[in-house]
Amino acid sequence: MQLLLDGRLVKTIRFDGKRDVGDPVKSSAVYNSQYADELIFLNISRERRSVNDLQKVITEVSKVSFMPMAMGGGIGSAEDAANLILNGADKVVVNSVAYDRKEVISRTADTFGAQAVIVCIDVRYDAEKQDYVLYSDCGRRAEHITLEEHVEAVIAAGAGEVMIQSIDRDGTMKGFDIDVTRRVAAVSTAPVIAAGGSGNYDQMKDCFLETGVSALACGSLFNFSDSNPIRAKAFLSNHGLNFKKV
Amino acid sequence: MERIGLLRMPIGNLQSAWNALYELGFDPEMVDEQSDFDELTHLIVPGVGNFKAVMAHLNAKGLPNKIRAFAATGRPTLGICVGMQLLAATGTESGQTDGLGFVRATVERLPGGPGMPLPHVGWSTVDLKRDHPVTDNVKQGRDFYFVHSYAMKCEDETDAIGITNYGDDFVSIVGRDNVVGFQFHPEKSQANGLKLLENFCYWDGQC
Repeated sequence: MQLLLDGRLVKTIRFDGKRDVGDPVKSSAVYNSQYADELIFLNISRERRSVNDLQKVITEVSKVSFMPMAMGGGIGSAEDAANLILNGADKVVVNSVAYDRKEVISRTADTFGAQAVIVCIDVRYDAEKQDYVLYSDCGRRAEHITLEEHVEAVIAAGAGEVMIQSIDRDGTMKGFDIDVTRRVAAVSTAPVIAAGGSGNYDQMKDCFLETGVSALACGSLFNFSDSNPIRAKAFLSNHGLNFKKV
Repeated sequence: MERIGLLRMPIGNLQSAWNALYELGFDPEMVDEQSDFDELTHLIVPGVGNFKAVMAHLNAKGLPNKIRAFAATGRPTLGICVGMQLLAATGTESGQTDGLGFVRATVERLPGGPGMPLPHVGWSTVDLKRDHPVTDNVKQGRDFYFVHSYAMKCEDETDAIGITNYGDDFVSIVGRDNVVGFQFHPEKSQANGLKLLENFCYWDGQC
């Protein structure tokens, strides 16, 4: 997973403290040569919530990277989603519109198929409530709906995949949030992707084996350690997890 | 020198296929009903969407006979995804529709079922059934990226170069004479996908 800000890749910690981690096109060429299964780009600019930056990136990245690519961050309409798909994205990732404009999900799924829509759900754990709270708008607005209700609602609207992202774990490299991932996988009829917290291969193994998740999205693991998708998959294969053979 | 023509289609993203061919060192041309196919050495028919709708588009532009005339000269012709499905005699999506008829085959909906949602999206294994110049140096049992709900069944089993299972066996690589088809997206299937495209572009159409 690669986060975009003003044309550069960055990495955050708990959605804050952005560190520059390079050029999106060069980085994607490297992931292509390392046989990543899929790339996810999220535009995290809080000032410019538009898809213009993503369109520029997909045009360039699709010249060097020959694998499925998902793009999101700032998608406000079905037209935004269609523009990204017609410019080379295979899937779009939506978050905020999934709460109050579900027709963006439905219309995109009707036009391009359910596989084209990933709904990302950002959560923080609230110690007082002893439950997870869902956030939209780059982690700034708390939403008043339970995790399970939201998962079921977005799938009913046409989401083809659900990505659960722990804001608390983002960039910490302390491992995925097993509890919240397990809860989403338990109610989701669509494949679930977990994001937030990747730091080593053991944590990936634990999340795969303990949650029923279909895929893991990793940022820090590949940005800040001597790790790459080839080694990750070789490690996980030794634990009986199947990956594609290239 | 290869002159690769990439047929323009009504919907979908052709840029990824164009980029893959360009990355391989070719300079593909986007072609349509106005283009002179005689100048091409290879023709690629990509395709996304509904069999009946895409075929209706080709018919409205007078393209089926143009594609048939090109292939009849023995020059290599490739269909990708719905473009492969169009090579069949008959499609069944949204009602029975005549295809281009290069292969005695029908295109039918995959069975789907529990744990096998449709569309079938993702990396699946292609079991190579026989040698073909287009699969040279591609290993047995590798995975390719699929996005489809319908798939081809051949009457003549020797037309099936590759078979994939998703609830049921279907033909994922088809080949008859100088015509081949890939049900998956080679342009999204990394090194092995690009290898298939490169092999096709250097192929002389002989088996």
